[in-house]
Amino acid sequence: MKINGVQKQCPANLTVSAMLEQEGYAREGVAVELNMEIVTKDAYDTTVIKEDDVIEVVSFMGGG
Amino acid sequence: MKQDVFMLGGQEFSSRFILGSGKYNVELIQAAVEQAGAQIITLAVRRANSAGEGNILDYIPQGVTLLPNTSGARNAQEAVRIARLSRELGCGNFVKVEIMRDTKYLLPDNTETVRATEILTKEGFVVLPYMYPDLNTARDLVDAGAAAVMPLAAPIGSNKGLATREFIQILIDEIDLPVIVDAGIGRPSQACEVMEMGAAAVMANTAIATAGNTPQMALAFKKAIEAGREAYLSGLGRVRERGGEASSPLTGFLRD
Repeated sequence: MKINGVQKQCPANLTVSAMLEQEGYAREGVAVELNMEIVTKDAYDTTVIKEDDVIEVVSFMGGG
Repeated sequence: MKQDVFMLGGQEFSSRFILGSGKYNVELIQAAVEQAGAQIITLAVRRANSAGEGNILDYIPQGVTLLPNTSGARNAQEAVRIARLSRELGCGNFVKVEIMRDTKYLLPDNTETVRATEILTKEGFVVLPYMYPDLNTARDLVDAGAAAVMPLAAPIGSNKGLATREFIQILIDEIDLPVIVDAGIGRPSQACEVMEMGAAAVMANTAIATAGNTPQMALAFKKAIEAGREAYLSGLGRVRERGGEASSPLTGFLRD
């Protein structure tokens, strides 16, 4: 799997929730995209990541 | 006196100063927002940093409306993608559409901006498009359902002031939406001038972020924007093209 552009090993049955915890992202302050589709927060526990998945984890930053 | 407010997406705002949050540290944001009296602050959406990074939202006072931008988008599709992610972050449905193909001057792509605005308004976003001040595009943005138009005064981050003055005036005169002048405003006097011209609001970031004292400059902009607004509402005095006109009575005191 690829998270924010970095290739990573994908353990079996890794949910989005588990991925966020493993990678150290605070669940509240982020939005997650899986293969260009948004994963809503209520689906974090049930969405399982597959080996070839591309994941983006985004948050707010300062900007004009 | 009737309170002077303007509407965006069904929400009422009395502050006419939209503050950017880029290029300065989070500790200064709170002070800048307070000094600015800003009710709207812009943010960007980027890849999250894992672990330990402070959440910028913790530094923005309660009750301030967040206006995420789509900076980084090079076309409508990318802007829509960023907007959807920003809404998923759970801070409302306002979005400043910002689409740039040009990396030197950072000029907005008006055609793609209209396209993104059409899509996003259909999805329920309150869309504030950043645009090059072109009347035809502004009309297209009205038709696309924009909540305001945000013409640039000069290239983003340049602090060069009102380079597009005439064209912004045309938008103010012809477009029946709030005209929020965004980008390039470098000094309080320029913010004041654009408010005198009848702009609904001013957005500034770099002028504040690169000032010697950021919160103090935020306060200076607040005062300038309020002064310009008051001047616009009062109606500017007329200009006399030739000659002078005494302000004091010219009746014969001390002379015949």
